[in-house]
Amino acid sequence: MNEGIKSNSLFDGADIKEAIMLSLKRLAPQYQLRNPVMFLVFVGSVVTTLIFIAMLLDKNSIAGGGEPIWFVGAVTFWLWFTLIFANFAEAIAEGRGKAQAGSLKAARRDVSAKKINHPDEFENFTMVSANTLRKGDLVLIEAGDFVPSDGQVIQGIASVDESAVTGESAPVIRESGGDRDALTGGTRVLSDWVVMKVTSDPGESFLDKMIGLVESAKRQKTPNEIALSILLAMLSIVFLLVCITLLPFSLFSVEKAGAGSVITITVLVALMVCLIPTTIGGLLSAIGISGMQRLIKANVIATSGRAVEAAGDVNVLLLDKTGTITFGNRQAAAFYPAPNVSDQMLASAARLASIADETPEGRSIVVLAQKLFNLSPIDVKSLNATFIPFSAEQRISGIVINDRHIMKGAGDAIAKVVTIKGGNVPEAITKKIEEIARQGGTPLCVAEEDAILGVVHLKDIVKPDIKARLADLRKMGIKSVMITGDNPLTAAAIASEAGVDDFIAEATPETKLKYIRKMQEGGELVAMVGDGTNDAPALAQSDVAVAMNSGTQAAKEAGNMVDLDSDPTKLIEIVEIGKQLLMTRGALTTFSISNDLAKYFAIIPAAFATTYPALNSLNIMGLTSPQSAILSAVIFNALIIIALVPLALKGVKYRAESASNMLRRNVFIYGLGGIIVPFIGIKIIDILLTSVGLA
Amino acid sequence: MAHLLTMNGLLQLVAYFLILAIFYIPIGNYMANVFSGKNTVLSPIFKPIEKSIYNLLSINPEKGMNWREYAITLLAFSFAGFVLLYLILLFQGLLPFNPQKFAGLSPHLAFNTAVSFITNTNWQSYGGESTLSYFSQMAGLCTQNFVSAAVGLSVLIALIRGLRGVETSDIGNFWADVTRANLYILLPLSLIVAILLGLSGVIQNFQNYLEITTLEGAKQTIAMGPVASQEAIKMLGTNGGGFFNVNSAHPFENPTPISNFIEVVSILLIPVALCQTYGVMVNDKKQGLAIIAAMVLIFAPLLIFCVTQEQAGNHVLTTLNIDQSVNSLQAGGNMEGKETRFGIVNSALWASATTAASNGSVNAMHDSFTPLGGLVPMVLMMFGEVVFGGVGSGLYGMLHFVIMTVFIAGLMVGRTPEYLGKKIQSYEMKMASLAVLVPSLFVLIGVSIALMTKAGQAGIFNNGAQGFSEVLYAFTSAANNNGSAFAGLGANSPFYNTLLGVCMLAGRYWIIIPTLALAGSLAGKKHIPISAGTLPTHTPLFVGILIGVIILVGVLTYAPSLALGPVVEHLHMIKE
Amino acid sequence: MNNIAKTTLKSFGLMLIFTAILGGIYPTITSLLLEGFAKPQSIGSLIKAKDGSILGSSLIGQNFEEPKYLWGRLSATSTPYDAAASSGSNLGVNNPVLLENAKARIQNLKKYKNDESAKIPVDLVTASGSGLDPEISPSAAYYQIPRIAKARGIDEASVKAIIDKSTKKRTLNLLGESRVNVLKVNLRLDGKID
Repeated sequence: MNEGIKSNSLFDGADIKEAIMLSLKRLAPQYQLRNPVMFLVFVGSVVTTLIFIAMLLDKNSIAGGGEPIWFVGAVTFWLWFTLIFANFAEAIAEGRGKAQAGSLKAARRDVSAKKINHPDEFENFTMVSANTLRKGDLVLIEAGDFVPSDGQVIQGIASVDESAVTGESAPVIRESGGDRDALTGGTRVLSDWVVMKVTSDPGESFLDKMIGLVESAKRQKTPNEIALSILLAMLSIVFLLVCITLLPFSLFSVEKAGAGSVITITVLVALMVCLIPTTIGGLLSAIGISGMQRLIKANVIATSGRAVEAAGDVNVLLLDKTGTITFGNRQAAAFYPAPNVSDQMLASAARLASIADETPEGRSIVVLAQKLFNLSPIDVKSLNATFIPFSAEQRISGIVINDRHIMKGAGDAIAKVVTIKGGNVPEAITKKIEEIARQGGTPLCVAEEDAILGVVHLKDIVKPDIKARLADLRKMGIKSVMITGDNPLTAAAIASEAGVDDFIAEATPETKLKYIRKMQEGGELVAMVGDGTNDAPALAQSDVAVAMNSGTQAAKEAGNMVDLDSDPTKLIEIVEIGKQLLMTRGALTTFSISNDLAKYFAIIPAAFATTYPALNSLNIMGLTSPQSAILSAVIFNALIIIALVPLALKGVKYRAESASNMLRRNVFIYGLGGIIVPFIGIKIIDILLTSVGLA
Repeated sequence: MAHLLTMNGLLQLVAYFLILAIFYIPIGNYMANVFSGKNTVLSPIFKPIEKSIYNLLSINPEKGMNWREYAITLLAFSFAGFVLLYLILLFQGLLPFNPQKFAGLSPHLAFNTAVSFITNTNWQSYGGESTLSYFSQMAGLCTQNFVSAAVGLSVLIALIRGLRGVETSDIGNFWADVTRANLYILLPLSLIVAILLGLSGVIQNFQNYLEITTLEGAKQTIAMGPVASQEAIKMLGTNGGGFFNVNSAHPFENPTPISNFIEVVSILLIPVALCQTYGVMVNDKKQGLAIIAAMVLIFAPLLIFCVTQEQAGNHVLTTLNIDQSVNSLQAGGNMEGKETRFGIVNSALWASATTAASNGSVNAMHDSFTPLGGLVPMVLMMFGEVVFGGVGSGLYGMLHFVIMTVFIAGLMVGRTPEYLGKKIQSYEMKMASLAVLVPSLFVLIGVSIALMTKAGQAGIFNNGAQGFSEVLYAFTSAANNNGSAFAGLGANSPFYNTLLGVCMLAGRYWIIIPTLALAGSLAGKKHIPISAGTLPTHTPLFVGILIGVIILVGVLTYAPSLALGPVVEHLHMIKE
Repeated sequence: MNNIAKTTLKSFGLMLIFTAILGGIYPTITSLLLEGFAKPQSIGSLIKAKDGSILGSSLIGQNFEEPKYLWGRLSATSTPYDAAASSGSNLGVNNPVLLENAKARIQNLKKYKNDESAKIPVDLVTASGSGLDPEISPSAAYYQIPRIAKARGIDEASVKAIIDKSTKKRTLNLLGESRVNVLKVNLRLDGKID
């Protein structure tokens, strides 16, 4: 993760000045039209502005309805600020998102490529950044170079290390023509050279899409956002009508009571703006943008907002065993000495045999031996030993040191060598080998000359924190499924150790695909992580598909998110971000609607006080005057948007817990809080207004 | 407070809830069996009749309909009901069973009454005994009392099928649903209730009105008619259109505390039991219990509030030397518009039950209730007639609120909301929003038009804020298909008959069509298995939020209106 | 289009069938059953004199203004106790007419009663819902004993006895309110029924 974009400051990365400018620019009607709730505020602001102007021209203008001009002016002023605050929230979110996406782009490992113009003129290359490569470009890749992007070999032959993508350490041959001409970005040419034709635009396009998603102008509303917008629009229509019909109600009441004056347009507009859900309406797009932006912060790039939302709904997670649930490689877990051999003898021999073994398995043996028996590290060069590298033929590696010949390898391979040398395999060792295999581990035999010293138990080590995270997922109602190429026995052992709910053993692309389809038919929403080309079909089938950045282009295209860190556990974080996004919307909607109760208590007695003075007994907040009551409600309504910007940007607090607990907490905070807070807020504003003599 | 709710009052209310609780499971299960097409105890009697109806009209009851077909059939059927009833009322003078030789109704009154009865509103612009012949009452109103309730039941069952269905377009067969609802449920229940009412003193005859000389020598004409049979379905079908002008306050419709108890139980019987039907049909009885819990928890406090307000009496009368206190010799309280035999408790109970359910019958005059006592029935209607509500319509209305609640609550737990395994997305939200919010639009616009026109103002009877309340109550009642009134309002005018008729139609079909669309959309969806991340919809927490949403939507929409009507009226009363 | 026509036709067909069953057969069966089991109730719970002539219905109140009779509730029908057109007053609590009506009734009551201090039972000064309420509360009945006794020249105890005889308690001691049937009291006062 790039430390530069990790920051606790809320407005970090965003240019406040620019955000303010943008908020003003977006007061334009065509922009306001995009959000029906805020458009109503816009219309209301225009109406009161016109009234204010009319009153400026003629203090007793009928438009004012007898309201003091300062009151109309103040209401107008705050209505415009309601809009500006909403725009500001959006602009800040957008700015933050863009800044982070930008620095992300800059921070990405910049592979340079040797671009050529013609396949035959490859001496004539120009060094360019891989990011600038486009489909159809030609590049020369020589020994030691990284392949800058996916492509097709059109000339030459080379051995390529694809371990970064496939995990296979053996180099593969890639040549033009035939079916071995595909090169994958991120791999490395080991020998010779090739000319490659770029077959796809680089992963850069993901970033582009992502940047689009944080720009509100280009942003498409997600399904859930649309559903919420419908609710908000309907509520707004009702409240609009409530306010419009108050005019005839008031006319009638004044006539019947024979007292007071008819409610003014200014008050009606103020009431309408207070009632319609401006808090959530104003913050809705900021919430969406910051959801995206939280993803970027996690170094994940999504191609659509829909995918992020879907992540919150996921109820089945397919996790690759290797790298996600277990550490990537098998590691030594225990030493089992042969009869008459001490633990330490075995460990020390095994360490010597592995000392030059740079594979993770080999290193883990060294580490375990040193840890168990407190052996001090050995300097390899000082040993003056001969190393026998692993050969595929013998499947044995080892060391010759001071005439000692220590070997390690698979059980049957070592047995063969020992037998040839005249030794025998003790019964206990044979049994141990079988036992380890049964448990899903890999038995590694260690022998010196003709004597078997013992067995090293290599096994998949389950990541220490994975069990807790999977338990968290279960609390959230998400089932975890482990995918592994291991046999069912091994898979079951690891599955139970890691605490996954289910596993797919001996997984092939077909079995994965089948499993996902089966789950989806049962109504489950499936998320998975993949990197290889053979994951592509399953990724495409999944509802939420995260491709590793180190993965093949095919995988990236099949997925709807790319994890730049290539960290398979990221999926869990993505789910949390998705949930948080929805929760923030829900919480603010609840808060926004609950607020209305207090606003009624402020405005209704004020609006009808002249007609029915008795209604003043509803003024439970004891607001000073009708004008200060209405103005306080309007100001509160505007300020609450700004006050909630941090919440919209950060998202409401997410905890892994059951739906009921989460709901209880959120209803308590945002529902009950939404009812109480405005009573206090409006009262305080009223006190302030009164103290400055405005009321 | 204690002196406003007596021990006897409390016990009467408890007895009421107890009886309803006893019937909850048996009637609920019975209805579930009927709509699941299972054989019931009554099948031997009604199966042959049902079959011959299908044969006669060449209906295939097994043939599923998609929501559009279902809706079109329903609309055609309702239209047929409207035409028949309209013609009967218009040409009443030419038809038989008309001992008082009543002439046909005016076209606007016939329109209003026909609309009122096909929409299960049963708003009374007519005065039964002075306007309608026995034929109109039976063949016209009584028939529609059954049929409109059966339509409500059908829509509910279609919605339940939508919730149960998995990737299908089939939401059932309207012909079969409406026929079964009538034959197996409404008819037998009505017959039982009619007999019980007859035994307790409700009249049932076809005689001419009776002419007698009173003890003081005055002439008195006593209206007669086949009342018991009509009264039974009027209560059971949440219709509420009275045989007589004053509805169940009339001693022939509701002569004793026993008949009153039977009738007021009948008001809520089916709407309550439908929650169990629902639970059974969605294979999770807790869902039904959650909904009934929400209904009771909204209803009970309002009911008790209404009782206490009425018992507190009319503050204005305290200026005179009048005894409004409750004691063993009198009910006391605000007795204007109330019958002696019912007193305060039974009048307030009825007013609350009849407006909680969209029944609309009355046994006391709501216009004469205390302002806050009268606010209770108004508010119960403003909640959209979902607290029990009409037969079928109450529960499907409630399910719209449930969906809205699930949506908001679902967001708060970070998941695309789902209900009973069905995802709630924008289409569902659209339909639920329409169903929940449209009636209030008609109320607000209707009231405004009435207040701003001469014709509208002409109908207003009481002065000041109470006059406003009369208009508000009328449109609330019409658009929510209740039918009760602040009856001072002179609504039998072309203006009110037409405008209220439009509101009734909108309040009925503008909800039925989105409901059926919702059923269709839900039926087409996959069923998502329940997990720990699923928001449970049967917990006290969910019930609490559901109640909150219903109250908040209702109160936020109507707070200004309520302030200008009952609240001002109350403040004026206590100031006297 | 053909389909819709067919559906409409079926709709009318089904509606006619329902009209026959629910609007015809059902009320008829109800009538037959009730005529069999509850004939007196079905025709209006009429009170007959010893000679068989109809004195009224025990369920429908009659208007009483003479001091010798027990008075019932105020009636808001166009002429009081018009049983051919029932109606409540529909007066709101703040309606001045309500207050005037109460005052007028009080004045009538006071004409015959000198005890100014006794509070008047509320049901005596308010109109019933139907305008036909046959009953008043025992409290309201007792309030009128002195007047009736005086007008008839009989002792108050015998008036009270008749009132008590015509009083119904709450059903099962639970439902409704205790109440006095006004017509029956007056018929008994006149000796027309037992």
